[in-house]
Amino acid sequence: MSTATDTLEHDAHHDDHHHGPAKGIKRWLFTTNHKDIGTLYLWFSFIMFLTGGAMAMVIRAELFQPGLQIVDPNFFNQMTTVHGLIMVFGAVMPAFTGLANWLIPMMIGAPDMALPRMNNWSFWILPFAFAILISSLFLPGGGPAFGWTFYAPLSTTYSTDSTALFVFSVHIMGISSIMGAINVVVTIWNMRAPGMTWMKMPMFVWTWLITAFLLIAVMPVLAGVVTMVLTDKYFGTSFFDAAGGGDPVMFQHIFWFFGHPEVYIMILPAFGIISHIIPTFARKPLFGYASMVYATASIALLSFIVWAHHMFTTGMPVAAEMFFMFATMLISVPTGVKVFNWVATMWRGSMTFEVPMLFAIAFVVLFTIGGLSGLMLAITPVDFQYHDTYFVVAHFHYVLVSGAVFSIMAAAYYWLPKWTGVMFDTTLAKWHFWCSLISVNLLFFPMHFVGLAGMPRRIPDYALQFADFNQWISVGGFAFGLSQLIFLALLIKACRHKGEPVSDQVWDGAEGLEWEIPSPAPYHTFDTPPVVK
Amino acid sequence: MNQEQTPPNTSQEQENSRLVVKLVGIVLGMFGFGFAMVPLYDVFCDLTGINGKTNETAAVYSAPVIDTEREVTIEFITKTMRGMPWAFEANTQRIKVHPGELHTVEFYVRNPASRDIIGQAIPSVSPGTAALYLNKTECFCFNNQPLLSGEEALMPMQFYIDPQLPKDIEQFTVQYTLYDVTEAAQGVAEAQAAMGSK
Ligand code: HEM
Ligand SMILES: [Cu+2]
Repeated sequence: MSTATDTLEHDAHHDDHHHGPAKGIKRWLFTTNHKDIGTLYLWFSFIMFLTGGAMAMVIRAELFQPGLQIVDPNFFNQMTTVHGLIMVFGAVMPAFTGLANWLIPMMIGAPDMALPRMNNWSFWILPFAFAILISSLFLPGGGPAFGWTFYAPLSTTYSTDSTALFVFSVHIMGISSIMGAINVVVTIWNMRAPGMTWMKMPMFVWTWLITAFLLIAVMPVLAGVVTMVLTDKYFGTSFFDAAGGGDPVMFQHIFWFFGHPEVYIMILPAFGIISHIIPTFARKPLFGYASMVYATASIALLSFIVWAHHMFTTGMPVAAEMFFMFATMLISVPTGVKVFNWVATMWRGSMTFEVPMLFAIAFVVLFTIGGLSGLMLAITPVDFQYHDTYFVVAHFHYVLVSGAVFSIMAAAYYWLPKWTGVMFDTTLAKWHFWCSLISVNLLFFPMHFVGLAGMPRRIPDYALQFADFNQWISVGGFAFGLSQLIFLALLIKACRHKGEPVSDQVWDGAEGLEWEIPSPAPYHTFDTPPVVK
Repeated sequence: MNQEQTPPNTSQEQENSRLVVKLVGIVLGMFGFGFAMVPLYDVFCDLTGINGKTNETAAVYSAPVIDTEREVTIEFITKTMRGMPWAFEANTQRIKVHPGELHTVEFYVRNPASRDIIGQAIPSVSPGTAALYLNKTECFCFNNQPLLSGEEALMPMQFYIDPQLPKDIEQFTVQYTLYDVTEAAQGVAEAQAAMGSK
């Protein structure tokens, strides 16, 4: 058996080395080519984005009116839980890994990722992880309903047997991300073209290198904490069970020790993307490249000492509350440096507003709104009021949807012509942008208000006074969901190579090795490394 | 990794595998660290008392100087966890004490169920910092408590407050949560019996 597959892969490999990709499904199953794997990751991520989005539509339909209309509360909880898990681990993270696969080798002048076989594995275990997670929804008693944060004892004492599947799928996702991260580090460390010194590395490469280290540091902690949940539930340990000497609050410490760096895992590559797009369309080099690198590194380091800002209300001593409050506020300093640098790059630039730039500018503005609400939440006494309300939901959707997700869309528009060789349908793209921009704000901005007024998160029903705002929010939600179908249509069209052929350079002001190779990017690039001056 | 690849740059591959080994080392180390956080957390909380846990073995009454100037109010509340049918009440719900004085309070329990049950009470102090200054010289929570079906009992708890109790704490609450540990306790007893018979 193994020899048979070996020869198959051997042949496939030989073929593609000399004549381009193999044909049919085998190309995708056995591929070790960074561009193929990047494409797989990106499509997988988009499918997950639509799946998680469908669950969000269920949530918003239920919340359209007060009272219980459409789904029962237990199913509602499963929807919020699985929506969160799918968006974090299935949509945002794989999209960034897909972009890393496509772009890092082309940006540093390497022929492929350093560990191509492992790359194939790290992608192909992902669909299994999510198949397991989604199938758990169909078990008797339903799927996980404890929130994406799976706090003990909700996930131990009070959960159904789908927890075992949940734990198993999180383990697989974790292994996949760790393998992806190791691959990124080894590629960047060892395979840069001659002359590409550390401080000449493109920002996307820098931010991904730092992200990869964060992943390597905290994904194992996530694996540890889900393992503890599993053994507490099934094997009689009491890590989080006070009756046996454990402590449920400790769950939160371990989870957020992973969880806060995790939110930066989802935003640092976005910072990298924006730092490519803004200089291109402002036709000026990035303002303060070195400070961008140092700011990214300091955000990553600080992210390890702020986790308890998610736990202000758990009864910590005042000294600890103060420490975590100030440490959290400190993070907004390097974050502010970045926003300043992007604005300074645009300052007096010869700006044009192609679609990638539109998304990038929207990112800068809306991400900053999310950063400011984060700063409000970091103020301990204030967080006692805001914690577990829709204000928190508004905060993290501004940084994750109009932040991370917008950056991914910006990246898709920016590099798509290089990948497909044709310009995407700009009319559809503009429709996609404006519909998304308006609906995303209609969706998430009023959440600030209902949150401040005290509407709790993760509840299927609410007090009458929140009804009007919630209707607007739901309308925004449906509109945002529908807008993404425009994107789907556009992507299908682009992948069929329908459109005007583009030059190698694609965008006037673009700089970097990826713009020096032909469009569409050939199956193999930089077999002999370029020389970087 | 595999020999059939186009003339592998072997030194590059060696460098790659060396780096992979190091990175996998970090991964394993961090997996271990996740678990190491458990004892670290306990040690940290023991030292600072921030999770409200009290001493788990009897303290010795050292007859400190009684601070008659100060009076501290202690409230006792009780709770039974899901699946634990016992009635469980504090006979003294509120008591004013001088730091340094030895006091005894009693808790009432009754097992209304038709089966014998072993209970375990877990104390928790709020605000947590007071936990370090509550010294229990005798407590039903040091051991588990078996009650036959229909049986009732009074369970004593003897304690004194360390006169070092920070001045800003004038009042604190001790909550006892009662768990049904019948299965776990019987498992331990059986294991011990099996060990003894060897
Ligand atoms: C200026 C930077 C930021 C600050 C000061 C900040 C602060 C906070 C605070 C204090 C909370 C806890 C609120 C509560 O539960 O009461 C929070 C929640 C959250 N933040 Fe941020 N944040 C910042 C940036 C980000 C970024 C960049 C992301 C992700 C891309 C992010 C994602 C989240 C998420 C997902 C939660 C909610 C987690 C949950 O409870 O489910 N934040 N943030
Ligand atoms: Cu955080």
